[in-house]
Formats: sequence, C-alpha cells, structure tokens
Amino acid sequence: MMNVAAYLVFFLCLALIFGLVCLGLNLQWGFAGLFNVGVVGFFAVGAYAVAILCSPPAADLVGGFNLPVPLGLVAAMAASGVTALVVGIPTLRLREDYLAIATFGIAVTIQLVALNFETLTGGTHGRVSIPRPLTSLFVDRVEANLFFLAMTLAIIGAAYWALETMVRSPWGRVLRAIREDETAASSLGKNAFAYRLQAFVIGAALMGLGGGLYASFIGYVGADDALPTLTFQIWVMLIVGGSGNNKGAVLGAVAVWGLWSFSGWFMATVLPSAFAVRAGALQVILIGLVLALVLVLRPKGLIGEETVVSRGAAVP
Amino acid sequence: MTLAIWLQAILDGAVIGATISLGAIGVTLTYAILRFANFAHGEFITWGGYFALAALSAFAGWRDLSAWLGGPIGPFSFGWPLILAALTAILASAALALILDAVFFRRLRRAKIAIASVIGSFGAALVLRNLVVLGYGADPEYFSREIQIAVHFGPGLRITADQILLVGLTAALVATLHLFLTRTQMGRAMRGVRENPDLAAVSGIDVAGVIRATWAIGAALAAVAGVLIGLTIQLRPSIGFDLLLPLFSAAILGGIGSVYGAVLGGLVIGISESVAVLVIGPEYRAAISFGVLILILLVRPQGILGART
Repeated sequence: MMNVAAYLVFFLCLALIFGLVCLGLNLQWGFAGLFNVGVVGFFAVGAYAVAILCSPPAADLVGGFNLPVPLGLVAAMAASGVTALVVGIPTLRLREDYLAIATFGIAVTIQLVALNFETLTGGTHGRVSIPRPLTSLFVDRVEANLFFLAMTLAIIGAAYWALETMVRSPWGRVLRAIREDETAASSLGKNAFAYRLQAFVIGAALMGLGGGLYASFIGYVGADDALPTLTFQIWVMLIVGGSGNNKGAVLGAVAVWGLWSFSGWFMATVLPSAFAVRAGALQVILIGLVLALVLVLRPKGLIGEETVVSRGAAVP
Repeated sequence: MTLAIWLQAILDGAVIGATISLGAIGVTLTYAILRFANFAHGEFITWGGYFALAALSAFAGWRDLSAWLGGPIGPFSFGWPLILAALTAILASAALALILDAVFFRRLRRAKIAIASVIGSFGAALVLRNLVVLGYGADPEYFSREIQIAVHFGPGLRITADQILLVGLTAALVATLHLFLTRTQMGRAMRGVRENPDLAAVSGIDVAGVIRATWAIGAALAAVAGVLIGLTIQLRPSIGFDLLLPLFSAAILGGIGSVYGAVLGGLVIGISESVAVLVIGPEYRAAISFGVLILILLVRPQGILGART
C-alpha cells in the first residue's frame, strides 16, 4: 500500500509538470489559436537552462554554477520565452500553418543541439546531478517527493490562477476575438500580431518552467527528453482534456499521463524485455488512437471551452 | 578544399534534392488543395520504402518467379524484382492514403475545425512510423547489400548508375505530372479546386474525386521517393519523419501549390544541405532546411514561384 502511495506521489509530480506545459499550450492554442508543433523544444530549453545553471561544475561541460533552483526556474522561463520570440517574430504574421512548420523546425534544431553540442548539453549522456530545491531538509525519498509535489501544486495553482485572470481580462477577450475573426479585431484597432506574440511567449515560458521543474525533479536531462513524442503527448493531453479550458488542460494531462504510464507498466509486465523497442512503439500507437477517437467522436474534449457571453446578455 | 569536392557536394545534393522534390510535390498539392500542412506525408515515403521491401522479400521467397525475373539489369544494382516491388509500393501507398482519408481525415474535414487535420496528421505520422517499428524494428534495412561501382567523370566527380536513374526518373515523373495537371480533365479539376473550392463545387467539379486524386498522387510520388532512398541510401522507420522539415521547406520555398516550385525548392534544399555539411559538419544537417525556411519566411513568404496573396 505504501508503495502505491509513493508511486502515486511520483506520478502526480510528473503529471502536474506536464499539466503546466499543457497550460502553456492551452494559452497558445486554446485561447490564441496558435499552432505550436514544437512544444518539446521550449520544454527542453527550460530543462537545459536549469541543468546548466543549477548543477555543480562538471568536467568538459560549460555551466555548473550551483545557482539556487528557483533562480534556475526563472531563467528557464526567460530562455524559453526568448526562443519563442525568435520563432514568433518571423512567423506570427503569416498563415497559421507556417507557425506550425516553423515551431516543428525549431524543435528539430533544439533536438540536434541537445544531441550534438556536447559541451553545453552533455550530448547523449545528458547532464546529471541537477538538484532539487531544499534537498538537505529531506532524507527520505518519499518525503522529498511529497515536498516536490507540494511545490509543483503551488506553482501550477499560481499559473492556473494567473491564466484564468488573464483570459477573463480584456486582454483575454481580445485574444479570443483575434482567434475567431482577425479582420474584425484588427478593424477595432487591436494589433493582432502583438497580442499573438504575447500569448506565444507567455505560453512558451510556461513550457520552459515545466521543463525546468522536470529537470530538477528527475535530476537528469538528456537528448531523449527532446524527442517529438513529447510534443505529441502534450497535444493529446490538451485535446483530450478540452482545449480552451484551463481545468481541461490539467485534467487531460493527468488522464493521458495516467494512460501512458499504465500502458507502459502493463506492457513491461506482459512482454519480454527483448520487445522493449516494440512496446514503446505500441504505447505511441495507443495514444495516437486515443487522439484519433477524441478528434472524431468528441472534438471538444472531456471539458470543452465555456461559452463566454457579456453580463446581462440573453443566452440562446 | 578543391573545386571537385564542392562540385561533388552539389551533385550529391542534387540527387538527394530530387527525392525531396518528389515528397515536396505531395506536400504542396495537399496544402493547396486540401488546405492543411500534412505532417503525415513523410510517412508515405517510409511506408513506400517498406512496402517495396516487403514485396521484394515476397518475390525472393517465390523461387520460380525470382528465376524468371533474373538478376540486376545492365549497370544498375537492381533488376525486375525491384521494379515490380516499386510498382507494388506505389499502389499500396496510394491505397494507404485513400484508406487514411476515408476513415480519418474525411471526418476531420467535416468537423470544420481547420487545424484538426493538422494535429490529426501529426498524430497519424507518429502512429504510422511506430507501426513500421512494430513490424520491422528500428534497425536499418537494405534492398541489396551489393556495393555499386561509381562512374567517374569530369574533374574527379563520381556518380552511380542508380543515382543517374533517380534524377532521370524524377524529371520524367515531374513532366508526366505537369502533362496530367494541364491536359487531363482531372488535372484541370484539381487546379480549379486549388484556385477556388466553392466555385469549383458549384461548377459541377467532383470535389471528392479531386481530393482522392490528390491523396493518391501525393502518396504515389512519396512511395517512389521512399524506394529511391532505400535503393541509394538505406531504409529506417524514421526516414519520412526526418524528411518532413526539408519537405515543408522545399514546398514553401518554391511557393505553396506550385509543382515546379516544389521541385526547385527540393533541389535548393538538397544542395544547400549537402554544401553546408562541408562547412559546418554533418551533425546539424537537419537544421539547414530550418535555416533556409526562416530565411524565406522573412524575405519572401510567398515563395519563389508563388503568387502574392
């Protein structure tokens, strides 16, 4: 029983970290209609930022400044935000699919850097010994995970509150107006490009924060953490949960990460270890089928976007 | 570095560029006619290659047929078995695309959420690739393990007979596609839907037929690219996914909807990759097309041969 509870804590830590990334994607896609196919790139930038800044010095690797983790997380958000700025400026004025292709490209490029720029990223060996905040307080592994869970909950709670406030503010209304009808919003004097860029950068910063937390939680980040499968998983989480709804984003993250972890565990128990590569393939196929079914049968997801109307308006 | 090394890089780049062109034509047609960026298009390249591989091993197991088909033809590394396998792969890939459209993409189009097709295609790409991993594992496969002797010509340049055939075949396919699009009823209908789908529909054009033709042609050309990659390099489950960025860059560089643009774009991307490898090394090869893409989007987002919208 203790083991199950301990695993649940570990599971929830990861699920909520992905929930944070999913919230970032929800701001970009759910509210601003920006199609980001490079989620993993922004996640990886955040993860490596924390790895480089907060880990102890190591031979042959740049960085290792032993900075406190909270500072590393702020830097992770900044680094991912700047990356988003670089991708967003040339593409956000163009047709929406161009952003999709450009974000896909930046993620591929970041993956190559993760794999090949060894003095920065450690290449295939990755970067190790990434600390967690306040590690000295906890000797017990379970207690340490419990503390990390509490911290992640606090961060995701703050992010949720901030996003809800933002999307319900005039700023959020303009964002949705641009998503629905750019011409109409522009004709009212709203600078569609500026609003999109803001949403894109803030969303990417949340993805970077998620990446930073992940690096700190696992203690390791390597080129395998920059694969496009993660982008896909986050998208499935958002679509399953319901895009345009922040509760849906978090719920989808927990549900899909649950399905992913369970199917991984199930196949590891049922299949012999020689089939590990094929079991991994089956996991992706399973999640792909879930996405296909949700897209076809319930495109709004578990909880869809709420209808927003002006106070006093008659709801049809 | 001597001139010959640079010329060789350009030549190698043009060979790779020809396969990129074949894939980019499908991307550009899908984008122009079905109006979405199809992230699953690369998988038709992968599946095309593996369909041919499956057909080849089926032929090899049938001894009478192998004997009748004979060995390699002339200077090439392959014979009739691969030609038949390639034809099988073309048909099978076109069928795969049509099935995928009928059971999945058609429903997403009906949902009227434009981007559902794009995220759906991203999902379909990963599922299709992992189905190949499920069947064949992740290790590389080859059509034949024979080493081909390259032909030497000019100032120390090398090219294999297979590579010459690859470039010639691509040129012939592009010319055929051009004739199809300009001279046949279906070709004209496809161009009509590309220009204005609503007007095409009210003019009595069979839009559903045009959509099927677009999938079939795109997947067939991609299958040829897959077979050519298997012939000149090797097959891996990730070849299609790895080619996605070059394909999109080539299609956008040439101008969305333009077949010649896609061919030109493919050659430019192939040659830039190959030349850039000499300068920055092979590790960042895949990022070259991203650099080219960002450059086009900044300078001329409608592409070289695209019309300003």
